Amino acid sequence: MATWNGPLERIDEFRWRLAKSYKAGMRTDGVIYADERMMADIRNDKAAEQVANVAMLPGIVGNSLGMPDIHWGYGFPIGGVAATDVDAGGVISPGGVGFDINCGLRLMRTNLTGEEVNPKLRQLVQALYNDIPAGVGSKGDIKVSAKDERKLLAQGSGWVVANGYGRSEDLEYTEEHGAIKGADPDSVSPRAYERGKDQSGTLGSGNHFLEVQAVDEIYDLEAAGVFGIEKGQVVLMIHSGSRGLGYQVCDEYSKDMIGCLSKYGIEVPDRQLACAPVNSPEGKAYLGAMKCAANYAWANRQCLMHLARGVFEKVFRRSEGDLGLDLIYDVAHNIAKIEKQVIGGKERTLCVHRKGATRAFPPGHPELPAKYQKTGQPVIIPGDMGRNSYILAGTEKASETFYSTCHGAGRRMSRSEAIKRAHGRSIARELEAKGIIVMSSGRETLAEEMPEAYKDVNEVVGVVAGAGISRKVCRMRPLGVIKG
Amino acid sequence: MKRYEQFPHTADIGVRAYGKSLKELFENAAFAMFDILADLEGITDDLTEKFDLKAANPEELLIAWLDELLYRFYTKQIILSEFNIEEITDKSLKATAYGRSVMANRNRLKTEIKAATYADLAIKKTADGYSVEIIFDV
Repeated sequence: MATWNGPLERIDEFRWRLAKSYKAGMRTDGVIYADERMMADIRNDKAAEQVANVAMLPGIVGNSLGMPDIHWGYGFPIGGVAATDVDAGGVISPGGVGFDINCGLRLMRTNLTGEEVNPKLRQLVQALYNDIPAGVGSKGDIKVSAKDERKLLAQGSGWVVANGYGRSEDLEYTEEHGAIKGADPDSVSPRAYERGKDQSGTLGSGNHFLEVQAVDEIYDLEAAGVFGIEKGQVVLMIHSGSRGLGYQVCDEYSKDMIGCLSKYGIEVPDRQLACAPVNSPEGKAYLGAMKCAANYAWANRQCLMHLARGVFEKVFRRSEGDLGLDLIYDVAHNIAKIEKQVIGGKERTLCVHRKGATRAFPPGHPELPAKYQKTGQPVIIPGDMGRNSYILAGTEKASETFYSTCHGAGRRMSRSEAIKRAHGRSIARELEAKGIIVMSSGRETLAEEMPEAYKDVNEVVGVVAGAGISRKVCRMRPLGVIKG
Repeated sequence: MKRYEQFPHTADIGVRAYGKSLKELFENAAFAMFDILADLEGITDDLTEKFDLKAANPEELLIAWLDELLYRFYTKQIILSEFNIEEITDKSLKATAYGRSVMANRNRLKTEIKAATYADLAIKKTADGYSVEIIFDV
């Protein structure tokens, strides 16, 4: 891949500036969060160029941001954050959300310790693998009629909970309570409905996963206690998104938005940065459809957790209440949100794009559950299959990133390169030698997703914590993984 | 002539397809996409799908073609492996594709393609005909 040689000026240990003078059309600077070593990796693809392109969006407020797990996407880089001022003609861009709308993470606690789980680990992983549909185009057993599908898109997690897939408390510990208001089922095409049909409660493939983890380090004892976490405890992490419905919505609206460029006189260097003012009919239509896809994804993760709770009950022969299978939190990391934030002393209505970036609200934020008011919002950060994951918490300093932080390890190697490097190796056996049991249905998934293909999440988290935009609460290590 | 090759991309899959004519280019791009989705070796075809598409220009026509193919894969659960473009202009195409049900061939599935993207998409004329680079979101 070509090296990017643009001019980056170091602001401090964790921040780099790409001045707006770099490229004609940039309305503001780019700021990338990284340490020196990571920056060398970041220059290995076009991610920084994309940060510059995003700086051209009409109505952009503050800087065009890159998180430390940044890598080349299309339009926006993965790990890109940008906010536009809705009332000043600011735009919304489907490329700033991604194809997998509301790809995100959910973390469920248990009362079990690593010692209790280990003797039954293989059985647990096998049961999860059997009971949770995964794989390319996976279809599930949760049938939703065409009429109910519209309700699901409007009500998200709330609808599936009302239909027996979980508890009402789960909603409080989900971003947006599991559904963004104002979703418009009419702006979702029949083709998108068709693609999403039968996919509720399915994992999908690629980098989606279900992972059983043990907490191996606590950094903030008080916050960990509030989140219900102790050292040695077992938790379950779920990574999935809006499946075919989301992909189709992005696909269709990306195309529609291309026409908006000439209509609204917007110039962008890349078609995938096509956008429209949030307040335009096209912007509103996309937002209404995006919210549906987001709600679909929350419903999906709610169903996946419900299925997983059933598996734990079966394997450990105890009720979910007895096992303490509570939802800690659920976050989106591919999404655009309309949020009121104070910029330069004035409250503004922003469209915050977080593409491969997670919201990280600070302590005291009204949208957080009462229990998390003192700690700030839990942020769930997955590593690769072989390495650690983290729970972080939001901070006030993150106001500089519109309360956003990284989303995971970020890839550093192409899939074809990973497959080449995996030749002659058994990734599953290498992981098992480390005590991690992996089950996957895709032929090349394990090779494509191998640990070396990813950046080191410890480094990524080190940067966001060092920069003060998140703080470390605890660290987990993988015990068992299901992949599609 | 090579039908296609992959080129490096960090998170997604880059494909460079070739063709002596626009017809061949489109057929090879479709083949490349299904070759990524599934193992096509030795697959026999017993299902037929027909296509009739229009778009504003050749690039959008290509994406419309790939999108429709992907849509049929996911909703009808068919792996398509042979493509015959019967008519093609800069703004329209008619085609038939042949394939096999996913049901009998689940073990052939490889990589879930979410969509074909517009990233840097441009159909180029070459000495031997045409080439195009497409990035698939996976």
